[in-house]
Amino acid sequence: MKLVTAVIKPHKWEDVREALETFGVTGMTVSEVSGYGRQKGHTEVYRGAEYDIALVPKIRIEIVVDDADAEDVVGIVVKTAQTGRIGDGKVWVSPVDTVVRVRTGDKDEAAI
Amino acid sequence: MDGYYAFMLIATAFVLMMTVPALALFYGGMSRSKSVLNMMMMSFIAAAIVGILYVAVGWSMGFGGEGTLFANPFELLWLDGVTTDNYIYVMFQMTFAIITAALISGAVADRLKFSAWVVFLPLWALIVYFPLAHMVFSCTEKSLICGRIGAQDYAGGTAVHINAGVAALVLVLLLGKRIGWPKEQMRPHNLTLTMLGAGMLWLGWYGFNVGSIVFADATYSDAQFFSETGRTFANTTLATFGAILGWLLIERLLHGKATSLGAASGIVAGLVAITPAAGAVNISGAVAIGLIAGAVCAWAVSLKYKLGYDDSLDVVGVHLVGGIIGTVLIGVFSTSAGAGGIDGLLYGGGFGSLGDQTLGVLVAVAYSGVLTAIIGLGIKYTIGLRLDEEDEVNGIDLAEHGESAYDLHSGSSGGGKSVLAASTVSTMSTSEGANA
Repeated sequence: MKLVTAVIKPHKWEDVREALETFGVTGMTVSEVSGYGRQKGHTEVYRGAEYDIALVPKIRIEIVVDDADAEDVVGIVVKTAQTGRIGDGKVWVSPVDTVVRVRTGDKDEAAI
Repeated sequence: MDGYYAFMLIATAFVLMMTVPALALFYGGMSRSKSVLNMMMMSFIAAAIVGILYVAVGWSMGFGGEGTLFANPFELLWLDGVTTDNYIYVMFQMTFAIITAALISGAVADRLKFSAWVVFLPLWALIVYFPLAHMVFSCTEKSLICGRIGAQDYAGGTAVHINAGVAALVLVLLLGKRIGWPKEQMRPHNLTLTMLGAGMLWLGWYGFNVGSIVFADATYSDAQFFSETGRTFANTTLATFGAILGWLLIERLLHGKATSLGAASGIVAGLVAITPAAGAVNISGAVAIGLIAGAVCAWAVSLKYKLGYDDSLDVVGVHLVGGIIGTVLIGVFSTSAGAGGIDGLLYGGGFGSLGDQTLGVLVAVAYSGVLTAIIGLGIKYTIGLRLDEEDEVNGIDLAEHGESAYDLHSGSSGGGKSVLAASTVSTMSTSEGANA
């Protein structure tokens, strides 16, 4: 099993969710996060005082999938979240040892 | 005369609205979210304290006979001997005292103890504002700025704006910078409140300037009322338009963008500058004063970073600088067709008026500066001015008022924290404990 973590632009979140649902992803964890990558933040000016706003708001999506699906899910996220502009975000995949469904105690693939 | 009386009732209510809530909103929006309530409360409490004190002794110090610095404080004590049909004039002057004191609060954001503000208000009104108001608004031969110097000040460029600006500067120097200033980000937390406040100030300012008409020989005259209110209304409006443009132009040139805060600030800068000049100049003079004030104030608000004083919401950059510009420029743009009947430099009057205006400014700066310093030092070395360091970091709203302006983590269950927010907080405190 794999954990796919994606950090994307907030306004792309609905598109990504729809695409993942169409593909067959049954659940995900989503959080509002802030951070910055190579684009850094932006500058605001108030009465002549310049402020560097380092952190940019993003959406983080976490999905646990079968090994076979990981590549497709990454592809879907990249395709739907892409605007081609700086600040589109990142997707990464990490191995998952165990998954347990809390309600039934089902383990691993059966729990996804 | 009936019309004039009805007009004064409305003008007075308008000027009170300038403090509560217009100034409170204007300043509150520029504060940080952890100190917006304290910022607004400083205006509200100023109204209550200075208002009662004005009725008790302020009116008498202003108009209870003649004097150089102030009139007899006991002549009209608690309005003794003032008939109720004259109360509206007392109330009108009272609202000026209130807003002048409240204006100072913008400079001391986040860090002035509420108790220190409560003690400062009556002392400052009594020792600084009431005398300066007498020197300017009670225009007898003896009164210093209007009578002896002969400086024109229609609605309070000296007594209100220069006075508040100087007091703000002095208080800030005694109080020190906020923790983290100027490195830490202290962005305005809600500029829509600020723009709303600026708009309401503008509306209220018609009461302030237009209501400041004084009749020759204290006798009502239709002719003077109609012509003078038309002039002051138009000047107040046009100077403000000019100042919006002046501020935005400088901003665009220096920083690349015209901002909403710049427009709101331009409004106030223009209104400040036209306050003393509303009766003296014609509409071209008003536009010129507005443009100059907007442009210069837009530059002046950055002085605090160069000179290192934390005038948090730019009381100095807007009110002191704008007040000086408006008061001094009367010496240039004043026309003998105006309320004072004096020609300025531009209309062939020579340098006489310019000299009088400058001297009036210097007297106001010196009087307010020295006496505010004495009051400020007195408070600093008795009950103290400065909030506890930890309280300042956590927010003055919580420390001084026990409240938070915004509850952003509530669920729908009527004020309680959401499950997510509550668990986040406890997780954070646990991990902090683990690190310690």
